[in-house]
Amino acid sequence: MNIREYMKDNFIFLDGGMGTLLQEAGLKPGELPERWNVTHPEEIIRIQKGYYDAGTNVLLANTFGANCLKFDDEELEQLINAAFDNARKAQRESIGKQEKFIALDIGSLGRLLKPYGDFEFEEAVAAYAKTVKYGVKAGADLVFIETMNDSYDTKAALLAVKENCDLPVFVSNAYGSDGKLMTGANPASMVAMLEGMHADAIGANCSLGPAQLIGVMEEYLEYASIPVLIKPNAGLPRDEGGKTVFDVYPEEFSDVIKTLLEKGVRIVGGCCGTTPDYIKAVVEKAAGLKPVPVTDKNRSLISSYTHAVEFGISPILIGERINPTGKKRFQQALRENDIDYILNEGLKQADAGVQVLDVNVGLPEINEPEMLETVAKELQAVTDLPLQLDTSDPVAMERGLRCYNGKAMVNSVNGKDEVMEAVFPLVAKYGGFVVALTLDEGGIPETAEARVKIAEKIIKKAAEYGIAKKDLIFDPLAMTISADTTAALATIQAVHDIRHGLGVNTSLGVSNVSFGLPSRNIITSTFFALTMEEGLSAAIMNPYAMEMMNVYHAFKALHNLDANCTEYITYAQSLPTLAPATGTPTAGSGSANTGGNGAQGSGTGSTGAGETGVSPLQNAIIRGMKEQAGKITRELLKDTKPLDIVQQEVIPALDIVGKNFEEKKVYLPQLLMAAEASKEAFEEIKKEMAKSADGAGPKRCSFVIATVHGDIHDIGKNIVKLILENYGFDVHDLGKDVPEQVVVDKVVELHAPLVGLSALMTTTVPAMEETIRLLREQAPWAKVTVGGAVMTQEYSDRIGADKYCRDAMETVRYAEEVEKSLNK
Amino acid sequence: MKEFLENLKNKTLNPEAVITPIHVEFDEEDIPVKRGEVLRYAGYPAAVLRTKGDGKNDESYIEVPTDEELASRLESVVGLCKGELTYRISYCFFQLNRDADGFPILPFEQHSKDLKKNLENCSAVIIVAATIGAGIDRLIRRYERTQVATGLLLQGIGAERVESLVDLFNDEVNSNAAEFGLKAHPRYSPGYGDLPISVQPHLLKLLDAEKRLGITLNASYMMSPSKSVTAIIGIEA
Repeated sequence: MNIREYMKDNFIFLDGGMGTLLQEAGLKPGELPERWNVTHPEEIIRIQKGYYDAGTNVLLANTFGANCLKFDDEELEQLINAAFDNARKAQRESIGKQEKFIALDIGSLGRLLKPYGDFEFEEAVAAYAKTVKYGVKAGADLVFIETMNDSYDTKAALLAVKENCDLPVFVSNAYGSDGKLMTGANPASMVAMLEGMHADAIGANCSLGPAQLIGVMEEYLEYASIPVLIKPNAGLPRDEGGKTVFDVYPEEFSDVIKTLLEKGVRIVGGCCGTTPDYIKAVVEKAAGLKPVPVTDKNRSLISSYTHAVEFGISPILIGERINPTGKKRFQQALRENDIDYILNEGLKQADAGVQVLDVNVGLPEINEPEMLETVAKELQAVTDLPLQLDTSDPVAMERGLRCYNGKAMVNSVNGKDEVMEAVFPLVAKYGGFVVALTLDEGGIPETAEARVKIAEKIIKKAAEYGIAKKDLIFDPLAMTISADTTAALATIQAVHDIRHGLGVNTSLGVSNVSFGLPSRNIITSTFFALTMEEGLSAAIMNPYAMEMMNVYHAFKALHNLDANCTEYITYAQSLPTLAPATGTPTAGSGSANTGGNGAQGSGTGSTGAGETGVSPLQNAIIRGMKEQAGKITRELLKDTKPLDIVQQEVIPALDIVGKNFEEKKVYLPQLLMAAEASKEAFEEIKKEMAKSADGAGPKRCSFVIATVHGDIHDIGKNIVKLILENYGFDVHDLGKDVPEQVVVDKVVELHAPLVGLSALMTTTVPAMEETIRLLREQAPWAKVTVGGAVMTQEYSDRIGADKYCRDAMETVRYAEEVEKSLNK
Repeated sequence: MKEFLENLKNKTLNPEAVITPIHVEFDEEDIPVKRGEVLRYAGYPAAVLRTKGDGKNDESYIEVPTDEELASRLESVVGLCKGELTYRISYCFFQLNRDADGFPILPFEQHSKDLKKNLENCSAVIIVAATIGAGIDRLIRRYERTQVATGLLLQGIGAERVESLVDLFNDEVNSNAAEFGLKAHPRYSPGYGDLPISVQPHLLKLLDAEKRLGITLNASYMMSPSKSVTAIIGIEA
């Protein structure tokens, strides 16, 4: 019988521990258990027969660590084949009468993926794919991905399975005692991602005993519409006379499992420390039970690598600011590949309170697929908010969905067949929650009725791809009332009809409604309130608009979506008081005011940070007061030329800080806080300058900076970068763990006169040396400065660098020196 | 651990015993943040710290920098870490034998003279791995590019946290050893002296650290989570 058929009406019993039993049989610490498939087949068969005799339905072949990072291809294939031969022999020899299956067991590759580790997602997919292909050839009935402690790694493995076979696939993660995966994912987020990618069963194994996993299981059962599995350890390991023993015995183990089966878990077994006795006890306890039917929980979820966001309960705010449309400064950032600017826009919206970030990086002159992938990855490295990938280019959409860690929101499809046929297959493969616009070949219908019709058509078409209603969210399109005063009424009606008539989620880009009118936020926020009242599930909006946030928080409080009004109260307390602020420095138009204006606590202690005879902006920068620096700059810009502020205010302030640092009056944290403050000032200045045609103004010479290949530490490099930028250098940051040739290519492309390389570990110095060697060959004009914790003058001389810089200020001084010599 | 040390003292250890790692989780409350250390790791010398509260015996005693802006940034960084870190350790112990040249025989090959010296007169070793988890790396990623000063302080607090964690464990080893009249040597980590970090994979495997602590290595033997430590502690009878 096919296992997909069998599991519809039956519990599935898995096997128990393998590693712990092999150790008892003599496997040495550090020895690879998979080799025993060939060297000790009798031991493997003995253990596995024991499990089948105890009542196991699904036996995991001994392939947990069988991957191409540990074995060469030939041995890998041999070990996997032997694993299946052994399992089949155990199956034949068993006295058990139950249905029996053999799973290809896949454990983690043991390499952490980027951004936390150094392994590429696609490399992982390719490595897993090899194991899958050999397993399929060896005759696996299903694939069992287990003990995964990272969501991204889990996605790589599942994707490899899906791309290389049609076998059923069970996916099991290892949760810590905090109920999360090592890299932060909670159960709901794993359910969202794995169900979206069409796993056949999902759940948890290893790490904890059954009792400690009850909470995790309850969360799975609450959200999952597919069978849930558990394969826990025999409790927690404990030291007894120098030997590890587990503290839960078969009786207690099977009692907890029985409770879980009654709650709705369908697939059970054991992990470390469990033996055939545990499985036997479980099978016996389950004998009188009827499986709880697996039902559609109808939950609309998206996820990041830490948590899920659910639609349909409380309105969800989707930040709209990562979008170049109509934003000169953002367009400039995209053209200059200024990823930090984009990240900052994401982080600011997160701080403003949105739950999802819309990501649109489409600009005619840039490579959108590449940029969307880069920005999605980079955003996921700094924020745990789920993303809404916003593009009309299916190629870009696939790149984004593939690299996304979690289940993304997809923006968008519409009623046009051509669009649905391009996007739905991607959603079917990678998972996704799809924004569907109610327009089609005929444009946007005027009436609510016609928009509902399009929605119905989209629901039908999605179903053909296996995409359920719960994974669609309809945008019935807000049109401006300045062109047609009936427009908002039609949209409000459509929200109501789609939400309550069709029973699906709705979303709107609310701000369109006020286009062309003065004081737009008044109209937009009121419209937002009206549509939420009709059941709007989400809004793509500007979280910096206070009117919008007011309405949102008030709505939740009024709709009993905010217990004890806690969120509202916190929000209200965060609002600026309307009384005129006192003591804030105003535009001093460059005149040298007295120091300490508006700065609290000046004169306390001997920090060396306080300076006399400086202007308010300079004081804010020197003391590292970021918000103050931004605010004063905005004021100054009203009547001072941007470049004058740079020349007369910012640069002198930086010089003071730099000098203080060199004289050890202030230290690194303070230098950086000052740099952050001046960056804030620069950002205001750039914003102003982007408005004029000449863009950002002149820059100093270019400086390529990177942490060398193999090294993943980049705080030092980031520090140098920030300070260099503050001094106006055109810094091109290639990131960390950068291959030698990539550095060289960039230097050649820019004909950059300066290169900075950083290394923290002695083991990565050879990579630095190699980079310098290649630079000398291909970019002989470039001056190379090196730094990092491990670097010394001696090292620097040995590997042929032009200059060893101890810190960021020394790098600035050197860069200035080199630049000067160029201009001669 | 006590049982092992007692057996070591009475020379009743079973040399054939399988080496299996033990895992312990510590509570955040038991490891107070040493702010002076955090700042020292972040490149701010301790000399310019002042204290708040009435003195070292005061519960609310903390060291803070005299610079108000920095002090408030530091407190916000301490706040960011609350609840984001886990304090986990895996360790194992075994009797120590020596080869013909007097090098200690560990479950992996190494010929470190410095380690040999460190383990002089030791009849057993404890091998330990400690980590404060991936949360700190998430926080560092979140801040290091857009708020570099915060990123730097997070690096500092991460280093301080994991060192404090190992210190806590080491104190326990020291006091347990003392109880049985044994002496624990200063801990020794790969990368010290001539002990190469290429022994990391062996240490981690021995401690089942990937599965138990979530510690993995990259191609240059760097650990993830980055705030992780491995060490060897010799026990002298």
